[in-house]
Amino acid sequence: MAAQYELLKELLNSGTKLGFGQEMFYKFYQAFILKDRWMQYIQGVGTTLLVTAIALTLGIVLGSVVALVRVAHDQQRPNHKNPVLGFFNAVCQVYTTIIRGTPMMVQLLIMSMVIFANSRNFTVVGALALGINSGAYVSEIIRGGLMAVDPGQMEAGRSLGLNYMTTMVVIIIPQAIRAVLPALGNEFIVLLKDTSLITVIGGKELLYAAQGIMNRTYEAMFPLCGVAIIYLILVMLFTRLLAKFERRLAQSDR
Amino acid sequence: MTDKILEVRGLTKTYGGETKKGAKQPTPILDVLKGIDIDIYRGDVVCLIGPSGCGKSTFLRCLNRLEIPTSGSIKFEGVEVDDSHIDAVRQKMGMVFQHFNLFPHLTVKQNLELAPTLLKLKDKEAISAKADELLARVGLSDKADAYPKSLSGGQQQRIAIARALAMDPDVILFDEPTSALDPEMVGEVLELMKELAHTGITMLVVTHEMGFAREVSNRVIFIDDGKIQEDEPPQELFSNPKHPRLKAFLSKML
Repeated sequence: MAAQYELLKELLNSGTKLGFGQEMFYKFYQAFILKDRWMQYIQGVGTTLLVTAIALTLGIVLGSVVALVRVAHDQQRPNHKNPVLGFFNAVCQVYTTIIRGTPMMVQLLIMSMVIFANSRNFTVVGALALGINSGAYVSEIIRGGLMAVDPGQMEAGRSLGLNYMTTMVVIIIPQAIRAVLPALGNEFIVLLKDTSLITVIGGKELLYAAQGIMNRTYEAMFPLCGVAIIYLILVMLFTRLLAKFERRLAQSDR
Repeated sequence: MTDKILEVRGLTKTYGGETKKGAKQPTPILDVLKGIDIDIYRGDVVCLIGPSGCGKSTFLRCLNRLEIPTSGSIKFEGVEVDDSHIDAVRQKMGMVFQHFNLFPHLTVKQNLELAPTLLKLKDKEAISAKADELLARVGLSDKADAYPKSLSGGQQQRIAIARALAMDPDVILFDEPTSALDPEMVGEVLELMKELAHTGITMLVVTHEMGFAREVSNRVIFIDDGKIQEDEPPQELFSNPKHPRLKAFLSKML
């Protein structure tokens, strides 16, 4: 292959027009094989997965906390409102309003150029921004799940003498998680693809690698299509894993 | 029979009258309970009967504060039932719901063991042994590892009764335990409740099963219009109803 590439390169330099197949091979070789460039894609995938994992964890933790605060606040009896909970509820509402009300790209740029202007670690800053963004959406998903659990479950737990928090943790949340798993899976997939946005702030993930190669070879089709295929494969893989996980959780439904 | 287990004085419950966020007018006021006074003694099997909407379920739910009374006092074993030690009270006051409210994500045996384990009432082996014994008692030992969804309504309600018993309660509240069941399954649940009554546990049963009330209870209470209208032994109440509303009610039921 390497010999063939050298041959084609010489032909090109001497001004010969290449055939279609030869041209495709030439570009493919340049995009993936020359100078072991495939390594850059693999490293990019690694970073992409790492960023997704960080952002997902952060998103789920943030989202769960926000959802729990908001549900606990809403489930209080009228005229018996806890002011501390009221304060946290207000904070949570401001958070979801701001995050859901502004574009993701703007948030990313603000995070990297305003808040963490001195940080050179763009990948981590990007993961942080994605996680904070994801948390706002996840909180609404989880809140929906918590509210969808039959109120009789809370009554049953409380009537056995368990307190509110314990009932939430051992009875309501496990059922809510199972109900929202498809929506969470969706969020996970969106997040996986949105990691490509951190390219704009210099996060070194998959798309960043492809852009670097594009800039060196002046050829866009193979790097971009390659990246698209890699994202597609990743998403299909995780969709399948999620379906498997869901089936396992659903064993009590049979 | 002189050991007073529950003492209710001037219990009222009013719904509505609060102005919800965004609403122009407060919700309409509905007086469900208009002053209930009653003493329940250890070993009593009390049936609460009355037309729909008369407040019998509300009364029962006020006893363990699933509904918060508007005014009045409830003393359980000499202690005022209020928010500060409600969880301790509920551990001794079991409840069986119309719709069973079993925990669908746990197996039958886990349903029984959950609350005693979390509240550390006994050590693990003792809790497990007690669960096995209760499952045998309700005739469902073979379903220990099944999930609630795979059981019939009657079986689920028997498990729910076993779950309440697993806490070793002093009183069990039954909120229309057979109303959600197919007619052919009512018998097995009533049979179990009858056996339970003979063990001397205190029971308060909201029911439409007049046969059960007549046969098993030692007191039948007729509630109408938010008040206790009659409180008599079943023979007296059924054969010689004094209150005109009770006469009308019984003539419709029988």
